Amino acid sequence: MQLEYIGAFDVVLGVLARFWPVWIALVLVMGASFVYKKRLGLYGQLFDSSVGIVGVGICLFWLFTAIFASTISPFNPLVQIPIMKDALPGAVEPQSGLVYLFGGDKLARDVFSRMVYGSQIVLIIAPAATGFALMVGITLGLPAGYYGGRIDTVLSFLANLVLAFPVILLFYLLVTPGIMETPIPYAMAGLFFLFPIIFFSVLFWTRYKKRPDRLYILLGLTLIIGGWVYSGLVFDADPFRIIHIDPNQLNIFVAVVFASSPGVFRIVRGLVMDIKTRDYVAAAQTRGESPWYIMLWEILPNARGPLIVDACLRIGYTTILLGTLGYFGLGLAPESPDWGTAIKDASRLLRSFIHPALPPTIALMSFVLGLNLLADSLREQSMKD
Amino acid sequence: MLSFILRRLGTMALTMLCLTLVVFFLINLDPNLKKLAISQTEMHTSAEQLESWLVNHGYRQNFFSRYGQWLGIVPKQPVTDPATGKPARRFSFCNDPVEPTFSGVLQGDFGCSTKFKTTVASKLFPALGATGILMFWVLVVMVPISLLIGILAGMREGSRTDRTLSVASIASTATPEYVSGVIFTVIFASWLGLLNGSAASASRGITFYNFTLPVMTLAIYGIGYIARMTRASMVEVMTQQYIRTARLKGLSFGSVVVKHALRNALIAPFTVIMLQFPWLLTGVVIVEVMFRYQGFGYTLVEAAGNNDIDLLLGCSLVSVFIVLITQLISDVGYAFLNPRIRVQ
Repeated sequence: MQLEYIGAFDVVLGVLARFWPVWIALVLVMGASFVYKKRLGLYGQLFDSSVGIVGVGICLFWLFTAIFASTISPFNPLVQIPIMKDALPGAVEPQSGLVYLFGGDKLARDVFSRMVYGSQIVLIIAPAATGFALMVGITLGLPAGYYGGRIDTVLSFLANLVLAFPVILLFYLLVTPGIMETPIPYAMAGLFFLFPIIFFSVLFWTRYKKRPDRLYILLGLTLIIGGWVYSGLVFDADPFRIIHIDPNQLNIFVAVVFASSPGVFRIVRGLVMDIKTRDYVAAAQTRGESPWYIMLWEILPNARGPLIVDACLRIGYTTILLGTLGYFGLGLAPESPDWGTAIKDASRLLRSFIHPALPPTIALMSFVLGLNLLADSLREQSMKD
Repeated sequence: MLSFILRRLGTMALTMLCLTLVVFFLINLDPNLKKLAISQTEMHTSAEQLESWLVNHGYRQNFFSRYGQWLGIVPKQPVTDPATGKPARRFSFCNDPVEPTFSGVLQGDFGCSTKFKTTVASKLFPALGATGILMFWVLVVMVPISLLIGILAGMREGSRTDRTLSVASIASTATPEYVSGVIFTVIFASWLGLLNGSAASASRGITFYNFTLPVMTLAIYGIGYIARMTRASMVEVMTQQYIRTARLKGLSFGSVVVKHALRNALIAPFTVIMLQFPWLLTGVVIVEVMFRYQGFGYTLVEAAGNNDIDLLLGCSLVSVFIVLITQLISDVGYAFLNPRIRVQ
């Protein structure tokens, strides 16, 4: 049976039309931010430069794409419709009359829908892993920079140890099907996911230990929410069955956190060593504040600028890492629609078909570019102050 | 200075020891050993046969004694041939000692590759040579281009050239090798047909036709990063007093840049270029797999994919060594280039 095709112009129009919820949300959010930019602090200042606007725009675009993925994509990203195998862009699927806007891949799945769903995987794992890496890096970097001495020597040695591993080798060792049979990923997850709980407990304890009424509420909340998420992620034993993570996803999550937290550690340590010589730290020491109070409530807020910039860059870098994992077929399921896996599948067949390769590569590139532009503009804005 | 280098070399040795121990532990996990046994024996072997294969090839000896044997501080024991009861070689394809001898990495024996059926040394070093050629061309392309972009952008901060080049370098840092590789292949190999999308033939002879794409792909990710560092350093230098003095005494802008600014602005990029090697290492793996170039990265992936224990250990030793030695060179070189820095 011969497939019907629509023209290139119709494909472009069709793609733009499919993204309608994203355009509406984008216009609303960007418009509101632009109008109220004076009141929005650092985020508002981003709208003063064209680079910042483009960066925010691209990041929000992919964020909304991930949120509205089920509305945007015309097909299920995993369903194969045999007649559409290797179909060129613009092919009309005969049964539903819907269009394979970017064509079909070698397993006859819709490339467009897979690209849209791929954004979900990236936008869940990359920021979350960066968040955990930040928690680990901050919790360890603060004492290393503040106390110096033996703690610093030991922690820095460990960080350099991990940094001396080529990332790809680390992934080949940590993200294999075999390692799932051992307790190693779970032990590492158990260790890493403990850090946010420790961080927030110490954060509230140092601030409110003289005010038990606030302290008990905040500590209780931290422990309940933290414990709930912890049991769901590490033991897969969430009593409400809301938080659930596949074992192989847990494995890549842990590996990514492991690979990127030493970088955060180094930055935090450097910042703390710089900031601890300031007068306000000396003042707090004279007041007799505890070391952890000084670290968390005097030093950390003053280190936030470079940390926010680094977090943006790091989300982009984590996206690249996830793509690398997908490209080498590590961890993620082979039919998973994430961009790295899609690039791997398509790049093997570049000689015959190029259309399945382009959407995921451009998607990944544009998202990382958006994050980098955002970070660059944040850096410029925070330098102005 | 000498004691600084010696202390750094000591830390380096300790780091390498720890890292190889970690790698040794991870690739000798039980599931990985089983995988190795399955891939090395015939199809449909029973669990007992797999176990006896592992025992016969010495994989069930004590963990630390095996690590010591690999390292060369514990004598390597030959295995006993179950048929004859005599000591025998572990693998027929490489000449392991038949008597207990110290034969490990310290003695220069990297072991046997189970995947390629040869000694690790005869597989690893030619691959390193091939990667060395690739790295050489990448550096030849990457360093001048990125320094030029950085200097042009940083020489007049805020100008149109600066903004254009800055956005271009941000874009290039946002393009990992597997993305740029695909895009370049599509443009230059599929559409224009100018270049070869595979570098498999480059092992026999490098031509412009088969080697440009891998070099380009590998260089593009680093160019943006080095260019940005050069730009930042150039911008800083251009605001210095001596640049103003040079301008005020009537030198032309071009000669101020070339004679006064350039030298001082190139100190920081030197460090960055040296620290770029570990990044290149990951890139090399991706590019060599993508373009089927038989180098170090390709060997590493083959070793990891087949759980080839000795080869993978050799690969990790080499890559960790490269990472640490470039860090050392960058520290020492920085002190030499910048007389204001004194290492303690």
